Amino acid sequence: RVDEWTDVDRKRVMNDIITTMFNKKFMEELFKPQELYSKKALRTVYDRLAHASIMRLNQASMDKLYDLMTMAFKYQVLLCPRPKDILLVTFNHLDAIKDFVRDAPSILNQVDETFRQLIEIYSCLSAGEFQLIRQTLLIFFQDMHIRVSIFLKDKVQNSNGRFVLPISGPVPWGTEIPGLIRMFNHNGDEVKRTEFTTDGNYVTPQREGSFDLYGDRVLKLGTNMYSVSRPVETHMAGSSKSLASHAKENTAPNPLAKEEMNFLARLIGVLEIKKPGGNETGFRLNLFTTDEEEEHAALTRPEELSYKVINIEATQDPGRQEELARILGELEVAEQRPASTAKGEDLLALMDGL
Amino acid sequence: MYRKEKSIQLKSSSSALYNNLSVLPLPDKQLAYFTAVHGTTVNMVSASGDGLSFSHRQLQVKEGLPRWQHPFGGSGVLRPAAWCVLPSRVLLVLTSQKGIQMYESDGSIMVYWHALDVMEHLPAQAVFARGIAAASGRFICVGTSSGLVLVFDIPPKGTNITVSEVLEEHHDAITDITAELGWAPDGAGDLVTADDSGTLCIWRSGEEFTLLNKIPAFGCTCSSVKLWNGVVAAGYGNGQIRLYEAATGVLRAEVNAHARWIYALDLAPLTGKLLSGAEDSFVHIWKLSKNLDTGDVEVSLETA
Repeated sequence: RVDEWTDVDRKRVMNDIITTMFNKKFMEELFKPQELYSKKALRTVYDRLAHASIMRLNQASMDKLYDLMTMAFKYQVLLCPRPKDILLVTFNHLDAIKDFVRDAPSILNQVDETFRQLIEIYSCLSAGEFQLIRQTLLIFFQDMHIRVSIFLKDKVQNSNGRFVLPISGPVPWGTEIPGLIRMFNHNGDEVKRTEFTTDGNYVTPQREGSFDLYGDRVLKLGTNMYSVSRPVETHMAGSSKSLASHAKENTAPNPLAKEEMNFLARLIGVLEIKKPGGNETGFRLNLFTTDEEEEHAALTRPEELSYKVINIEATQDPGRQEELARILGELEVAEQRPASTAKGEDLLALMDGL
Repeated sequence: MYRKEKSIQLKSSSSALYNNLSVLPLPDKQLAYFTAVHGTTVNMVSASGDGLSFSHRQLQVKEGLPRWQHPFGGSGVLRPAAWCVLPSRVLLVLTSQKGIQMYESDGSIMVYWHALDVMEHLPAQAVFARGIAAASGRFICVGTSSGLVLVFDIPPKGTNITVSEVLEEHHDAITDITAELGWAPDGAGDLVTADDSGTLCIWRSGEEFTLLNKIPAFGCTCSSVKLWNGVVAAGYGNGQIRLYEAATGVLRAEVNAHARWIYALDLAPLTGKLLSGAEDSFVHIWKLSKNLDTGDVEVSLETA
């Protein structure tokens, strides 16, 4: 039995995941104007993507991978110098993805297509609109303080899980270095100038990052954290206190669950999952050093940090497709009745039971 | 001079939103109330004058009624709350994606609910209310994401609150609204509204609001604004604080204050101290003074 990863396997998994993620229908759904997903919905979609190939992860490794992803993303969004830089971060992500599939022109094309759509839709947003997007994302990640060893080592995260805000380095493009005060008379002529100093140690930025399909993004946020090989530990001990309110919010019934289920079912239906067929065995990815450690992590994960995942098997199997259609049909009927929060919960339970 | 008081810890962190801390000082009771929004909860702390004793409250905002159909729902996540002090009553005003809610000052009773009109917005645009201020001892003004400013007429008692006017000067989402904190010189107006593009409008409030001046944007969002003795202090996304003369709209001072987006400004009216907080993690206190003859405005940094 083959249980060693080879380069061919790695390339295959990478290609499969990227192909699935960037498939036209999926991207179409994502680009529709919509509200932010709930945490549950995001985790479900993420799970599906992670299993888009022959790679499998157990619950504990999946949880850990998701923790890593959310904290890294939170870090990138929080530390963006300008709100518009979240677009540059996205472009960094896409540049890296394109590099992974540089030998596969058809997948590369899909990614480029998405790139073009992003440029078309987002390039013209104002700073205020980007800031609104950023604030909405930050509210989503509020109260998540899982410590990630690579961040702790690089001193970008404190031992209490909070990120370090740098007070040195280049100021954002379009911002002046703090220090100058200018005063004008009623005609608009400058009459006085003073300077002040603070603890900060800022410099002028050299140039603005490129928002084109190709170009130097200048910003390092969003580039490969693991370009130097590093350990992937995450620590949850001690973060349970700050998550108390987080847990409370999660249990409040979401009156829009019905709306979201509708969206989710459509989205999941579009992600084709390749099951290992024939003689192929799937490869299991373990993010811990041993199997025992993984099991132990699963058992000792704090309650408030457990992600409640919705299990939806969307397959080509006609029986299943019927099931999905019935649920969607049921959702249509439900709309006519006065919606109550209980209904939302029922649907979630229904999906769970699939 | 100012003195740093004892720190008071809120029950949970505050959401990343402009102007997310509101203070209600009650000098006769030797108390101050503080409020900050976190998700769908309003965290309130009342603290004694010496900062030694304090009590926490949390107001969980219920979804407003009547149930309001909106194609994109919205989770009812809150935006910053503010206390509005009027001669006869104090109201706590909360804004969210769905609308505006007004409560008695301790958060116990909801007095009024206003649903935002979706029709004003383009299909892909977010809908929310943002920016709250009391004006003329009689009105509460609230901004919206379409740029409209709703003016509510508040009776001294009871729930008979009505929309008395809708101000339509802004084309971008309102970020902040402020009323004159000191004494307005003639013609200087008593209300300033700011928006995402950086445009500032100066108004005289009353039965009918009059636009006195419009300060054009210079390419940067104005996230926070204060008005004191006829001077508009505005904080911007590029870290600058600008001081304008309200009566004429002329720029009087420009400060390269912060290395990141300014999130909040506050002003102590009796001393002219301006406080600015930004994402660069710094809180600065500035001394403002005005030469009454020339109208020149002086700004200096007191403390970083």
